[in-house]
Amino acid sequence: MTAPSSPPPLVRVRDLVKHYQRRGVLRASTERVRAVDGVSFTIPTGETLGLVGESGCGKTTVARTVLRLEEATSGSVRFGEVDVLALQGNDLRTFRRRMQIIFQDPYGSLNPRMRVGQAIGEGLRIHRVVPKRDVPERVATLLAEVGLDASAARRYPHEFSGGQRQRIGIARSLAVEPDFIVCDEPVSALDVSVQAQVINLLTDLQNRRGLSYLFIAHDLAVIRQVAQHTAVMYLGHFVETGPTTEILSRPHHPYTQALLSAVPEPDPSSQRLRIVLSGDLPSPAHPPAGCPFHTRCFHPLKDGRCFTERPTLRPVGATETACHYAED
Amino acid sequence: MTSLLDVRRLTVNFFSEAGTVTPVDEVSFQLAKGETLALVGESGCGKSLTALSILQLLPRAASIGPGSTIELDGEDLVPMDEAALRAVRGGRIAMIFQDPMTSLDPVYTAGSQITEAIRAHRDVGKRQARERALQLLEEVGIPDPLSRFDQYPHELSGGMRQRVMIAIALSCEPQVLIADEPTTALDVTVQAQILEILDRLRRSHDMAVLLITHDLGIVAGRADRVAVMYAGRIVETAPTDRLFQHPAHPYTQALLASVPRLTGPLQRLSPIHGTVPNPDAWPAGCRFHPRCPYAFDRCQQQPPVRTVSDGHETACWLESPQ
Repeated sequence: MTAPSSPPPLVRVRDLVKHYQRRGVLRASTERVRAVDGVSFTIPTGETLGLVGESGCGKTTVARTVLRLEEATSGSVRFGEVDVLALQGNDLRTFRRRMQIIFQDPYGSLNPRMRVGQAIGEGLRIHRVVPKRDVPERVATLLAEVGLDASAARRYPHEFSGGQRQRIGIARSLAVEPDFIVCDEPVSALDVSVQAQVINLLTDLQNRRGLSYLFIAHDLAVIRQVAQHTAVMYLGHFVETGPTTEILSRPHHPYTQALLSAVPEPDPSSQRLRIVLSGDLPSPAHPPAGCPFHTRCFHPLKDGRCFTERPTLRPVGATETACHYAED
Repeated sequence: MTSLLDVRRLTVNFFSEAGTVTPVDEVSFQLAKGETLALVGESGCGKSLTALSILQLLPRAASIGPGSTIELDGEDLVPMDEAALRAVRGGRIAMIFQDPMTSLDPVYTAGSQITEAIRAHRDVGKRQARERALQLLEEVGIPDPLSRFDQYPHELSGGMRQRVMIAIALSCEPQVLIADEPTTALDVTVQAQILEILDRLRRSHDMAVLLITHDLGIVAGRADRVAVMYAGRIVETAPTDRLFQHPAHPYTQALLASVPRLTGPLQRLSPIHGTVPNPDAWPAGCRFHPRCPYAFDRCQQQPPVRTVSDGHETACWLESPQ
């Protein structure tokens, strides 16, 4: 998967597992929700890994666990030479500067009673990025970098449109000069005309600052714009990973194929095959035995093996696919 | 083709202390039997208010302006009283919304909400209504309708809830179904299922569908015709294929150009610069002119609606902007 020319990985995640204990409906019983069930990936410096899948598949939990917003059940996360999961106390606080997150709904993550300048300056002050007297100037620079006027600093979040708020969220995460940003559905709530502005901005910032992104999205056309590599997630597992162009043009896993065929394209002449999956995503508290996708799989060769033996990722063509019958 | 629903010069006014705004401004469109018309636009363009005014479900501060007519089968709905409107709502025109969780009552089972809708409009007994409800659940593709009938909304997935909403909407065989962003809250795989069901039901019931969406992707291949709205006005109407191949209005062109694609050459996206203006700050003349790359002096005046080709109309001063 890693071409010889690729820069060294900044983020290395191995066998990451996050299980939640959930109290059952009847007192005594507890059940284990397998939100993330053993995923591995690397993100090179200055590159983007796209993470796609339906809601409830565990995408956001992967991100939150990597950022230590949730504690992993097991696995390892390395960031350069740092063992992220072993960090404690002050070390962890200092380290947080290097990784940031941008959310889908910037309004929900901005304090409505805090002026934009304060919100962006907060991180600068806490992490002492610049001397206190230089904070206003740095805020103005950051606002300019995301395409907002310096006067925005004196206004409140509600005075801005959705797209402008997302720019504020981006400026806020850039303030502490991170190397790595998780973009969790950053454009899903935006209108198309504005969505394109924000995608271009994120791309420009990446090129200018050499940022690495983990880009979570449900829209594969958006992923195509931003990510060099893509991982397709289903019920806590990666079912296919590889270069984005390959995943989109020659997907091997039936789930990837279905996901791709479901994307509505604004082109009536498009002759793409339409696969309509039946049923919903099973609950991660009761994942099916064997291949997690077998309950919705339409592969003609699906057989007893799929019901009992869980396929692991293996190279098929130019991608890695977790399907027993990916070749056929 | 005679139209089943004929909306002419529909205006919606909002009154507040700050003054009156007009978020829907002289909108006209026609919908024929068995046809799907997509009303497309970005948030704040007035598409949902247009839909709500057809059923006169507008918020209290809003009202339909004078001169507006909404004719269903030749009968104007605007002057109707509440009693007459109640028979139209859910009976002859039904509506489904983006978020089925907030439109379903959490304390009643799915089945009882469908039977309630049936018995509100039809003089049938409990048993008959139950049978009809089960039949509807089956029609909207719910597996094992008997057990789903007795489940509460929170026990159902998003896709299932939207199917229940569709079952309720269909319960009285409406002539017109208004679907306001019916799949926006759903995953793409489930979205595909719901769109498939809506299309199948439109054909089998010979219903007219008004599909309101911000997503040009779901319009292609689903709608017969498209009306594009910007800042309270329809700027372009065309048969779907025509609109995608030869968009005439600069806003439609820009909108199509800003959508990321799965196929074709990978290039930098071309966004529309600026933002959609608020109704209290709509520019004079063509409302798109401050964001339009081809704007010139004349755009300060409102352009008339011009016919480009059969069934293709646009409101732009330029003959062929490109």
